[in-house]
Amino acid sequence: MKPGIVVFPGINRERDMAIALEQSFGEKPRMIWHKETDLSGIDLVVIPGGFSFGDYLRCGAMAARSPVMASIHAHAARGGYILGVCNGFQILTEAGLLPGALLRNASLRFLSMDCLLRVERADTVFTRQYEKGQTFRAVMAHGDGNYFADDGTLDRLEGEGLVAFRYADGNRNGSARDIAGVFSENRRILGLMPHPEDLVDPLMGSADGKPLFDALAAA
Amino acid sequence: MERDVNQALAREFGLNAEEYQRVLDIMGRTPSFTELGVFSVMWSEHCSYKSSRVWLKQLPTKAPWVIHGPGENAGVVAIGDGLAAIFKMESHNHPSFIEPYQGAATGVGGILRDVFTMGARPIANLNALRFGSPSNPRTRHVVDGVVRGIGGYGNCVGVPTVGGEINFHPAYNGNPLVNAMTVGIAAVDKIFLSAAAGIGNPVIYVGSKTGRDGIHGATMASAEFDANSEEKRPTVQVGDPFTEKLLIEACLELMATDAIVAIQDMGAAGLTSSSVEMAGKGGVGIELDLDHVPARETGMTAYEFMLSESQERMLMVLRPDRQDMARAIFEKWDLDFSVIGTITDTGRIVVKHQGAIKADIPLGPLNDQAPLYTRPTVETPKRELLNAARIEDRLGLTAALKKLIACPDLCSRAWVWDQYDSTVGGQTVKRPGAADAAVVKLEGLKRGLALTTDCTPRYCLADPEEGGKQAVAEAWRNLTAVGARPLAITDNMNFGNPEKPEIMGQFAAAIRGMTAACEALDFPVVSGNVSLYNETEGKGILPTPAIGGLGVLEDASKAVGIGLTPWLDVVLVGQTKGWLGQSLWLREINGSEEGAPPPVDLTVERTNGDFVRARILSGEVRACHDVSDGGVLVALAEMTMVNGVGARVYSHPREIPGHAFWFGEDQGRYLVAVPDSASFIRAAEAAGVPAMRIATSGGGDLTLPDGGTISIESLRTANAAFFPEWMDSNRS
Amino acid sequence: MKATVTVMLKNGVLDPQGKAIAHALGTLGFDGVNDVRAGKVIELDLAESDAEKARAQAEEMARRLLANGVIESFRVDVGG
Repeated sequence: MKPGIVVFPGINRERDMAIALEQSFGEKPRMIWHKETDLSGIDLVVIPGGFSFGDYLRCGAMAARSPVMASIHAHAARGGYILGVCNGFQILTEAGLLPGALLRNASLRFLSMDCLLRVERADTVFTRQYEKGQTFRAVMAHGDGNYFADDGTLDRLEGEGLVAFRYADGNRNGSARDIAGVFSENRRILGLMPHPEDLVDPLMGSADGKPLFDALAAA
Repeated sequence: MERDVNQALAREFGLNAEEYQRVLDIMGRTPSFTELGVFSVMWSEHCSYKSSRVWLKQLPTKAPWVIHGPGENAGVVAIGDGLAAIFKMESHNHPSFIEPYQGAATGVGGILRDVFTMGARPIANLNALRFGSPSNPRTRHVVDGVVRGIGGYGNCVGVPTVGGEINFHPAYNGNPLVNAMTVGIAAVDKIFLSAAAGIGNPVIYVGSKTGRDGIHGATMASAEFDANSEEKRPTVQVGDPFTEKLLIEACLELMATDAIVAIQDMGAAGLTSSSVEMAGKGGVGIELDLDHVPARETGMTAYEFMLSESQERMLMVLRPDRQDMARAIFEKWDLDFSVIGTITDTGRIVVKHQGAIKADIPLGPLNDQAPLYTRPTVETPKRELLNAARIEDRLGLTAALKKLIACPDLCSRAWVWDQYDSTVGGQTVKRPGAADAAVVKLEGLKRGLALTTDCTPRYCLADPEEGGKQAVAEAWRNLTAVGARPLAITDNMNFGNPEKPEIMGQFAAAIRGMTAACEALDFPVVSGNVSLYNETEGKGILPTPAIGGLGVLEDASKAVGIGLTPWLDVVLVGQTKGWLGQSLWLREINGSEEGAPPPVDLTVERTNGDFVRARILSGEVRACHDVSDGGVLVALAEMTMVNGVGARVYSHPREIPGHAFWFGEDQGRYLVAVPDSASFIRAAEAAGVPAMRIATSGGGDLTLPDGGTISIESLRTANAAFFPEWMDSNRS
Repeated sequence: MKATVTVMLKNGVLDPQGKAIAHALGTLGFDGVNDVRAGKVIELDLAESDAEKARAQAEEMARRLLANGVIESFRVDVGG
């Protein structure tokens, strides 16, 4: 699988993501500027965290409508893999590629701390190197991570097994049903708020995020 | 808009009669309105350092690893692997009182620009904050806004906020201090300076458009507050971290080429100070045509263009043949790029607007004849030495410890850190609270930097010289305590009204103490900032020479934190006499702010620190924490709370009263956790370093020598309570 | 032609900002505030001079960018 990282102006975790991907994939990922539209040769589109377009208007709203997104929609339609983390998750929901929306944290404060995520299913390309029910550490760093969808959508997500991760050590941002990450219907698109890419080296406190990238590299 | 220029207007602009006369002499005529504006900001305390320069010159600024000391946008030191660390701390005190969110946010933005303007990618932010009494109703509003502002800006630009400090004291009620520090990394052979060169080279403006924000911010930072300060609100600048992020990326992209001759950010006094400083340092002239300055508002005058403090703007001198390439880079990042002038050989700054010359000033005299004052000083009277044996301990160890770790100056700062992104970049090895200094690894390398900010203002008030010394020594100690080799400091001198001899005396004494410490510890000052007139209605702040320290670790994985793990001996390194004067125990438990502060013996400081660092790098030390505010027992409690691992504490030496031994604030000390205290203590003795075992780790309680037992869980609860209860409680 | 787009969170979507404002108003002594909702106002200065066409344009902008239909509803006012 060949990964590419999409960079919108204001994105700021593209370097962290590149380090994590390079460590698992053995080569540097391609960096894709948001005005590019050619995704040929890319199997895994990664949208990292940050504040695309300053997160002005709404988090991810403007990025979701920039030129590269038409290609990303096409990539999704072809059954391509997409990973969106934090602002990337927000962008994917704004673009309609994942259900729901991310609202301001219930506390109205930015949250920066480690959290524990519970793996809801381990039979996807993203989660195969975890066990179902296992918890792992990831870094929270967001002001708008409060997952929202109407009850019908939430019931459907749960019924169809599209919840990827839930917060396992307290719901700090107010997310509906403790949801930290969701899959698309074909489970080839994953969006999550916390950052697995910031914990891939024990020196930074943990390598709990590494299996996610290792699994993608092995796919 | 433009008013008649005369002495009364000059006074309004902050120039006294003598200074205005000097302007008339230099110009040989009455200056224009715009010219008077230029003189007034360039000769303001903020830009000219007119009260502090004579003292600042005494500070040691050289060492073999120093590449650029004070005088550039930021200090530059070699850190190995062909890299340089570029860093500086700067105040944004007055704006943060008027509008806490934007004041703090633009403070972070401004210091980031000082660092990336030299070619460095910013890798870490820290901030030293001082707030008024928590019981003052405005303090909560200020804390909330400042914390949100720092987070709002730093989180968005994607530079991790990894450390800093917070103190509370009623002396800061009307003058909170917001001192922001940024550290960046560049190759030693790719450092950009501000001296303009090349007659005929274009002067380029990049970044955000110019509006009327912050006009006369630099003079505001040089005058005392009065009851009308609230009305100054419209001059506050608004930050745009998104544009700053684009500016960082665009500048770094351009800096990878050979296009830039000189570059400077537009900070205080905006276009005026950047153009005057660039041309002045280069010994050339500069001509600006304001018609080409990108404007956000209509009808702006030359005066307003020159004095605007709109944020996220830079001024560059480019090689003419690289102009198109540079323009393409800035257009890619959707930033304004405009040729607004040329470098000339006239030695003058000439400002044109709508076809008329609005200012024409000789740069030499504007810079060289800036006022310089040796203001009168009065020494702070020495305080009496307190005899610990005569100070009654009414509370006992257990209750005192619980009270101390819950007090605003010692309680957990997690509520604050949890709002700052400390991990973006993926290189943060020691996050806030994990160690005495933050540790950030350099991407792709083993090498890491250790970073800290320190100052104990209550010591500085009681004895500014000892306090200045202690601030530098504590920064050195905190870097040492993670295993780093301390390299250099940046200082942020926050004081009251320099026209009062006792304030100027504090300043001079603090500089003396800092100088002694910098020399003894090979720890030079490479950058800094002075903030004076921190007074409201005649009441000054505590003298606060905030120190930002930087050290290097060849191997970041060798860094140690403060968290205890089970079954280690805790050894106290350094001599304990039981110094209670100016201690937090005395203030919080006995309600007294008396006595002389603990003295720092710089020779001992160095011996103890060098010993501890060597043991850390040998791998023997599992955790290390310097002993500072609150003394030994507070330091030990802090070590237990990190991992929830308790300790059994042994008896103290009989010749010192218990409360003095456990809560005294003698300097030059560390708590070190090792598997085998016997061999550690033997090595210490051989090195001439006092060391004694004071505790053994394990279990879930802290067991004190007086028989008291406190569960670590209850310590944590007490320690964590203050900020959330104070900030998030219902306000009914 | 000026068009004003008011974007509000849909009923049923938690509005912590509105809650915080309501609380603060209570603290300041304003009694009888039953509920507060916080939204956004976006002012558009449009080249279009026909009011109905301007409204249609603004509504299209709101649907495509200014509001997120999952959580927000909007209202367009034209005039001036």
